[in-house]
Order: sequence, then structure tokens, then C-alpha cells
Amino acid sequence: MEILVCVKRVPDTAENEIELNAEGNDIERDDLVYSVNEWDNYAVEEAIQMVDKHGGSVTVVTVGDEESEEVLRREMAMGAEKGILLSDDAFEGSDGKGVAAILKAAVEKGSYDLIMTGAQADEGYAQVGGMLAAMLDYPYASLVNSIEVGDGKLKVGREVEGGNIEMNEIELPCVLSIQTGINEPRYVGIRGIRKVASVEIPAMGASDLGIDAGSVGEDAAKVRRIDYFVPEMGEGAEMLEGSTDEIIDKLIELLKSKGGIK
Amino acid sequence: MEAILALIIVAAGVAGVVYVLARRMAPLFRAAKGPAIDRIGERLYGVYWFPHHRMPRPGYEVAGYTHITTLVSLIVLSIHVLMVIYSGFVGFEIPGLESAVGVGYAVISDIALTVLFIACVFAAVRRGVLKPPRYEVPEKYGKDKSRPWAVFLVSFLAAVALLDMIYLGSDAVAAKAAEEGYRFILPLTGTWFAAIIMSGLSASAAGTVNVVSYFILLIGIFVFVNLLPFDRLFHTITGPVTVFCKKLERGSVKPVQWGVDDESVADLESFGVKKFEDFNWKHILDFYSCADCGRCSDNCPANASGRPLSPRFISLKGRDYAFSHYPLKGPFVKNEPLVGDIFSEDEIWSCTTCGACEEECPVTIEYIDKIVDLRRGMIDDGNVPQSLQKPLNALGKRGNPWGKMEKKRPEWIKELPEGVTIKDLSSGDTAETLYFVDSMSSYDDRMMDLARATATVLSAAGADAGILGKNEKDSANDVRRFGEEMLFMELRDHNSEMIAGSGAGNIVTSDPHALNALKKDYKDMPPVEHISEFALRKLKEGTLSFASLDEEEKGKIYTYHDPCYLGRHNQVYDPPREVMDAIPGMNRVEMSRCRDRSFCCGGGGLMLFYEPEEEERMGVHRVRMAKEAGANVIVTACPFCLTNIEDAIKVAGLEGEMEALDLCELVARHIGS
Ligand SMILES: Cc1cc2nc3c(=O)[nH]c(=O)nc-3n(C[C@H](O)[C@H](O)[C@H](O)COP(=O)(O)OP(=O)(O)OC[C@H]3O[C@@H](n4cnc5c(N)ncnc54)[C@H](O)[C@@H]3O)c2cc1C
Ligand code: SF4
Ligand code: SF4
Repeated sequence: MEILVCVKRVPDTAENEIELNAEGNDIERDDLVYSVNEWDNYAVEEAIQMVDKHGGSVTVVTVGDEESEEVLRREMAMGAEKGILLSDDAFEGSDGKGVAAILKAAVEKGSYDLIMTGAQADEGYAQVGGMLAAMLDYPYASLVNSIEVGDGKLKVGREVEGGNIEMNEIELPCVLSIQTGINEPRYVGIRGIRKVASVEIPAMGASDLGIDAGSVGEDAAKVRRIDYFVPEMGEGAEMLEGSTDEIIDKLIELLKSKGGIK
Repeated sequence: MEAILALIIVAAGVAGVVYVLARRMAPLFRAAKGPAIDRIGERLYGVYWFPHHRMPRPGYEVAGYTHITTLVSLIVLSIHVLMVIYSGFVGFEIPGLESAVGVGYAVISDIALTVLFIACVFAAVRRGVLKPPRYEVPEKYGKDKSRPWAVFLVSFLAAVALLDMIYLGSDAVAAKAAEEGYRFILPLTGTWFAAIIMSGLSASAAGTVNVVSYFILLIGIFVFVNLLPFDRLFHTITGPVTVFCKKLERGSVKPVQWGVDDESVADLESFGVKKFEDFNWKHILDFYSCADCGRCSDNCPANASGRPLSPRFISLKGRDYAFSHYPLKGPFVKNEPLVGDIFSEDEIWSCTTCGACEEECPVTIEYIDKIVDLRRGMIDDGNVPQSLQKPLNALGKRGNPWGKMEKKRPEWIKELPEGVTIKDLSSGDTAETLYFVDSMSSYDDRMMDLARATATVLSAAGADAGILGKNEKDSANDVRRFGEEMLFMELRDHNSEMIAGSGAGNIVTSDPHALNALKKDYKDMPPVEHISEFALRKLKEGTLSFASLDEEEKGKIYTYHDPCYLGRHNQVYDPPREVMDAIPGMNRVEMSRCRDRSFCCGGGGLMLFYEPEEEERMGVHRVRMAKEAGANVIVTACPFCLTNIEDAIKVAGLEGEMEALDLCELVARHIGS
């Protein structure tokens, strides 16, 4: 099975205090370090495991600048065979639809049985996977947390509200957006990355992909971020004091009185 | 005729031993390269010193002295055995008895033989009837095949000793019946009893007994020697070699592969131990040499807290693997991956590298290096729990396991107490003394107190001290011990460059993990000291002095917890105690487990992030030990110990009753005169 996984380079925000930039429409990025979007690691791990079992190969693709190459290398160190960098000044500032359009063009340049994306990326829009599927006119399953390979189709599990699991059959080719927890992504150390350091990663621009530069990028974006702010801290933060047991009792009382527990 | 029979038995016996040993040695020749064996004098001394001093350690006196007795008897008897074998070729005449020296040795041998017999009977009763719990085999490790076999073997040895007594005794009886003179036999020895019991026999009957017992004895000796390489008694052959080849550098970790330097290590095909033959020969020899005495596991904090790790079974499973995959006959069995089959992942991650097992083992079996090698293999395969991947990635990106910003590393110096100064050398300043803070004391809110207390001590002692600030990265002591060698190398190289660039003449640290890394893993460092050593030096020089404890503090009972990386791995036991005792009014008690028997707090570095399966935290055990000692203040000298012990006090529900404190905090509070 030929699998394409879309991966995104995102700022590592987990433990960093985020500061807004001077314009107030984005976060201060100078002090940030970047890594691959967490969900995408799960997608790549799943793809590698499927290929290990059923044969085929895994290709990773990203839309971004030259620096995005590092996330491709990381995923290749995990076990993806090929990487493709989709990079062009014209792509900059694309909205989700723009990114999906660029990815669609890349999908059509190859022949893939399965396209995987992360369920969402750092900004939580969770839009690229769905739009990509629609543009390709492929069936789509979102928030996938298990995959079984069948003949010409897949059986995919999705976690739905309340922790229930829904099982679906989906025909190939298709697009799946992968939820964390589907597997345990492997660790990639410096050694692994060094091993793939010299592998050639082809870069493709708008013309290589046959995309009209005017249809993507900042100017074509129909969704524009106009503000970015930290909500005002609400009032009513209450520090419970006393011994652990007293604190627990007070907390239970509070939760009861506010209807949190019955 | 008899000589030919003896020759056949001896030849068969020797051939058997040579064959079995050759088969047993096969995996050693297929193993990875081992350490170069240098410092011969020190090693020879170790072969004498270690078994002696370790066997009867407190709690193991009975087993220890029984064992030493057996060992000494066997050494004494080694020449005697050769003489006995030889006697079969020369008319059953023990050689050398014409001379006084010969008779003297014969008498000593009689004593040794008697002692050996008693010790073996005692050991058989102890293992077979009294059954000390240390020898139990937990169900998950399968059936206890080892105990019946052990009882059989010591009984067998006792029987061999008995036969020897009969052989020697019958010779005396025959001589006496023939009214010939015989050598002096010491009363109450086994030989003496044997002679008395057989004294009624005629010369010819005694002669027959003599010949028959000789052949049974001869067969017995060779059967026994041939049985040694099948079980724990193999240590009688391989043990001394293992002790001789022991790692001499405490606290260090073996290179990824012996004989491959840092420059070429990245080019290795594979890292660490993935299959059995990836172990180096010394480690396979270790498997053979384990005497299955159970002391390592008896002292292992991971085992005590119910983690799925019992070091003894690392050795036993290794040995069983070698035996089953390198059988005595037939082809060697193709190797299988070790982790996931022979060893479980949790087992290998559970070790805190505290070194308690290695400190205790009478055969000086190494565990930390094996565990690190197995972890290196897992890291190389990407087989790392998610709980460790995050901090490892963060260490790679930001030089600390939380992924906090580099510029926040020196934040703690913003709130130094009045009059305390420490320079941030990242701005280009220089200082004589470099305080290597390391990640825990730099970033953890509570441990920043420890960093400030350290700065206070340095400042009070008049040291011209500075920190690397944002240019410092994690010392990577535990990055290396968790098997991520390449990341360790990167962090080490970065720090080494920064340290060299700072121009500092000496380094002080309050983090024993950093101390260990700087001393054992880094190269060409200026002298490195732990803050307790620094404080003691300054006390002796008179540049530091202490004011008395206040009335409330005088009512408290203090105890000192030895951090593994300060105590066992770096042998710093006394300076922290001397510093504490220099504070007037100090009332300090020792826990029963202290110094080289200290019990790990739960582990530092990356162990803080790992989520082990366990029944009860190590720290909770430790806090209880302090309570049993009558202490209510646990003083330690490591930020990880302090974190673990403070948490454990809460978990144990002893808040208010017990408290934990770092030595630096205690000292900083009492600077004065
Ligand atoms: C600095 C900055 C400026 C922006 N400006 C604008 C703007 O002006 N107008 C606007 O509409 N949007 C803007 N965006 C939003 C951005 O275009 C969208 O966030 C993104 O394209 C899709 O949203 P997401 O990252 O949440 O991805 P999601 O849809 O949540 O991601 C789901 C999955 O899609 C795939 N994917 C997402 N992005 C990529 C990629 N680049 N390459 C390969 N696969 C990918 C991954 O598999 C990912 O797991 C801006 C973002 C940034 C960081
Ligand atoms: S180093 Fe410590 S935790 Fe690890 S096996 Fe030995 S005693 Fe147990
Ligand atoms: S490794 Fe050492 S301490 Fe542990 S059981 Fe074997 S001989 Fe005893």
C-alpha cells in the first residue's frame, strides 16, 4: 500500500510561556523551537506499521519553507521512505483551504492508496484533512483511532462522544485524519536523524505542482486571523486552604453546591 | 591395572571438563569486544579483597562465614586433591609423607576436610530446610529449579569429603593392622573418626576399602567438577576471573562499544544490546559467575518497591539464555531479540542506576552497564515509553527536560538573599569558581531554593563564583544512563565548550548527578567538588563558620540520606556528615541503611519522568527508615533526593511530623559564628 502522510512543522509550545507579538495577531516566535505536529507523528507511526505488515511505502509531505525539511527528516528517521517538501513564496500565508489545495496537487502527482493527516495541528482548526478529502473527492474519516487493512478497503475505528467507539468500513483510496493514542509513536534520536541526513528531499513549487499561484497564499486566503489575545483572567479564583483532607472536603462541597457532582 | 583404571577415569574426567568449558566459552567468543584489562596489581588484590569483605556484610554473616570457610578449605585442599589423584598411580600412597612438611600439610588437610564437610552439611540444611527468604524464586520467574540442585550439589560435595576421609582412614587402618607406622592423625578430625570406625578391619579388608573408596572418590571428584558449569557453582571457576576483570571506575558507564572512540561511535551499525551476542564477553562471564545468592535483589530499591525488576534474575535469565542457546551438544540456537522476550521493557526502565546491587555482590557482577546497554538498544530501535520521549526531545531542543526556555535558566539568581552575589558568566564576566547548577535546581521552583542556598554558601565562603546561565545545558548524567548516548555527547560537548570558555579554575556543584557526569563522563575538566566537600574545606580553612541551631531546631533529630551519586558512585560519605556535625547543637542519628547501603530515594534525572509500575514509592520506604531511626529531619544533598523525599513525606502522610532539607539549605541558615 502506498501511503502519503501530511505533516506540519509547528512551534513547540508545551512548556513555554507564550507571548503575543507587537501587532497582537500572532505569538512571539523568535524564542520558539519547532517540532512536528504531535498528531502527525501518530499518523506516520500508523503508516509505518501498516507498511511493515502489508508492504508498500510511506511518503511524508509538508507545505512550508526550507526549515520544514527538518520535520520531514525526522519522520523519515522514523521509517518513512520518501519526503516531499512543498515550498514556494506563493504558498505563504495560505489558509486551511489553501494548504489543502497545495496538498491535493501533490497527491495527484503520485499514486497513493491512502492519505493520512493528523486530526488537528497546533492551531486546532482540524480542517485540512476534511478539505483535502473533499477536493480529491475521496471518502474521509476523521479522528481515527484504529485501522485494519482489508481488501481494497479499511476498517477504521473512531472515538465518538462519551468514549464510545464507532467502526466504519471505508473504501480506498481515502483520507483519514488520525487521533493521538492510535499507537505509541517510536522515539527518534539524533542518531536516527543523522542516518537520513543526506537523503535527497525533492522540493516542489507552484509550477511543479501545476498550481495557479494566485489561488493560494495570503491574498487568496478567505479566512484571516484578525486578532489574537489572552482572555482576561476571570474573578473568583479561590484558594482552598487547610490539610489535604480538609481541602478535599471543601472541594467536594463546592462541586456539589455548583451542581458538578450529585 | 589399577593405574590404568585411574588413568581412564582421570582422562575421562579431564576431557569432560575441557569439553563442557569449551562449549560454555563459545558465546564469549561471539560476544562484543570487552574492556582492556589493565592495572593488574589492583585487580589481583581485588580478587583477594572483594569476596572476603563482601560475603559477610551485615545481615549475611552466617552465609558469608560459611562460604568463606568452604572457600578456604577448598583452597587448602586443592593440592591435597591432586595428591590423592596421584596416589592411585603409585600404589595408593599419598606422596610426601616422609617429610615433616608433608605430614604437617596432611594434618592441615584433615582439618580442612572436616571443616568442609561440616560447612557443606550446614549449607545443605540451610538451603533445603531453613530456606532463607532471600533465595525464594518469585512465581513470575518460573519454578525454583535452583534450590533442589543447590542442595544436591552441596550434599554431593559433603559425600566426596566423606569418601576422602574413608580413603585416608582406611589407609591408616591398613597400615596399623599390618603393624606399620603411620603418620600422625589429629584426633577429632574426620580422618580420625573414619580410622576409629574402621579400626576392627583386617589389613586386607582395610586395603580393599582403601582401593574401592579411592575409585569412588576419584569418580566423585570428577563428576563434581563436571557438574560445576551447570549451575550457580560455575562461579567457583569463573568467579575469580570475573572479579579480576571487574570495572574499576565507580560511577562511570562503559562506552557504547569497547575500543570505539567518540569520533567513530556514530558510524556503528547498531547501538547497545539487542541480541545476546551484543553483550560483551565480560558481561556474559558475569552471567556465569552469579552465585545466585540473592543479595543484589535483597538490596535493590526497585525490587523492594515492587517494580518489575530483580537484578538477580537479570543474571539468571542471562545465564539460562546462554545455556539453552549454546547447548552442550548440537548446533547453537539462532539468537532472538532480548527485550520483550527474555527481559521486559519495564524491567529495564525500572532501574534507577543506584548501584546498591553492585555494591553488595560478592562476585562484583555489574548491572548498571548491562542495563544501560539494553536501554541503548531500545533507544536505537525507537522503543521508548512516551513518558520519556517528551523530556528526551526537550533535552535535545532546549537542553532541559521540561523544554523551558534557555533564557529562563538563570532566573533563580534574580531573588538572591541580601548580600549574596553570583555572576552570570553568559554576559562575558569571568569567575574563579564555576557553580554548575544543572537543570533541576535551575528550573524547579522548589529546587531554586537549593540553588540560592548554594550561592549563599559560596558567597559566604568568599568564593568568586559564577554560573554559565543560559549557556548551561543539562549535565546529561541520566541522559547517558537512560541510553541516549548521542544526545549525551551533544550536551556534554556543549557544556565542555562553555566550561572551557568560562576560564573557571574549579567547579562546584550541589547536584550529585552533575558531579558524577563532570567527573566520570566529561574529559579535561578543572577540579570538580560537591558543595559539601567545598563547605568542609572552607570550614577547615576557617573561612566558613556556623552559628548554633536555634532552640526549636535543637529539639529536632536529624539524619543524613546518602544520595546514590554522591555516596556509592563518588564515595563522598563523610564530608556532608562532618559539615552537619560542625553546626553547634546538631543532634544527628544514622539510619540502619546508610553510607554504602543507602536506599535510593526513587531516582533522579529522567527517572523523574518515567512512570514505573510499583507498589510503593522508594521514597516512602526511605522516609519510614528515617522515622524508624528516630529522626524527624531528613537532610540530603541532591535536588532529586529532596524532591522525592518531600513528595514521599506527603504520600506517607507524615507531613508536620517529618521534614526534608538540603544540606545547603541547612548550612545557609546557620552561616555565622
Ligand atoms: C504565522 C501564521 C499565519 C497564518 N495566517 C493565516 C491567514 O492569514 N489566513 C488564514 O486563513 N490562515 C492563516 N493561518 C492558519 C494556517 O493556514 C492554518 O492553521 C493551517 O493551514 C491549517 O490549520 P491547522 O494548522 O490547525 O491544521 P489542521 O487542519 O488542524 O491540521 C490537520 C492536519 O493537516 C495537515 N496539515 C496542516 N498543515 C499542513 C502543512 N502545512 N503541510 C502538510 N500538512 C499539513 C497535517 O496533517 C495536520 O495534522 C496562519 C498560520 C500561521 C502559523
Ligand atoms: S542499580 Fe539499583 S535499581 Fe538498578 S538493579 Fe541495581 S539496585 Fe536495583
Ligand atoms: S549477582 Fe551477585 S549478588 Fe546478585 S545473586 Fe548473583 S552473586 Fe548474588
